[in-house]
Amino acid sequence: MNPYYFASIALILIGLYAILAKRSVLKMLVGLSIMETGVNLLLISVGYVSGRSAPILSEGITPDRAVDPIPQALVLTAIVIGVATTAMALSVVINLYDRYKTLNVEEIRRLRG
Amino acid sequence: MVGEVVKRVLAIVFILIIGFWMAKALDQVPFGQDRMLVGKYYLEHVEEETGAVNAVTAVVVNYRGFDTLGEVTVLFITSTGVAALLWRKKRKRTAKTEGSVVLTTGARLLLPFIMLFGAYIFIHGHLTPGGGFPGGATIATAFLFLYLAFTVYEIDHKILEPLEGLTGVGYVIVGLTGLAIGGYFLFDWIWQTWGIGKENIGRLLSAGFIPIIYTLIGIKVGTELTGIVDNMIKEPEEGGQ
Repeated sequence: MNPYYFASIALILIGLYAILAKRSVLKMLVGLSIMETGVNLLLISVGYVSGRSAPILSEGITPDRAVDPIPQALVLTAIVIGVATTAMALSVVINLYDRYKTLNVEEIRRLRG
Repeated sequence: MVGEVVKRVLAIVFILIIGFWMAKALDQVPFGQDRMLVGKYYLEHVEEETGAVNAVTAVVVNYRGFDTLGEVTVLFITSTGVAALLWRKKRKRTAKTEGSVVLTTGARLLLPFIMLFGAYIFIHGHLTPGGGFPGGATIATAFLFLYLAFTVYEIDHKILEPLEGLTGVGYVIVGLTGLAIGGYFLFDWIWQTWGIGKENIGRLLSAGFIPIIYTLIGIKVGTELTGIVDNMIKEPEEGGQ
């Protein structure tokens, strides 16, 4: 199996494990970010074409010597949206801590009754 | 404790199943093969249609400019949402100690260079890797630096919020000008109608409205991320919920 595919699947699974098994909300968010990185790496490596260069048509790079620009544009968008969701989630976490004085999801569930 | 172990084992089994099916699916996608369809069109026509040499930037700002406007809107909603979620009556900086000498001196020294580098990234978005989003993030790190180094530092909100709004409006105005001149929203009138910079493709003054829009996006992203940092770093005063 290709190392890039392997790495991206591994990153996605590590992130998923953190979301499933960790009890701290903050660690779940870290897992979410790791998953995001994995998805981005997967998209980029699907768009890669062997032996070609970045899609910037400078000297010596003709259109048939550049990789697919579309996955890269897609990942650019995905990174920005990832930052946005992370920021929103972090502020929800700050509110959670203010109210319950803990970040442990099981304790929060118990405190809510 | 038993419940904890069971939970972990279940999680591992679950991710192994998902990982197996992902690996099986990706087995059908050979690595490094040329399977471009639309991408080929973009690569072949990017120089004559947009004037940019960086095809990714051309796709993001020119071909799919409307989506990027939506993306900027998402960022704007995030910065508003963070402000709304963290809203309290009285909030201020509560850090008790200044940053170390290294941090404060470094922040003072590096601030102009970080901002210069951020501006370089977004102004050259059509030529080099990068563009408005990473450039804006770089500028926001300069302000994050200041927040970390000095306990009393707070950005001037009289400048920050209007600048954020104005750059967003600026993007829409650029799009509407295209609508007025060329007949559709975000038409690149500078390149298509006026033909400015046709002879210096690959230099700074080319690519129509891409540098303009990316400068606007860069400033907007910079101010928005700075606003998010500002909102997160301030805490409510004692008893001032």
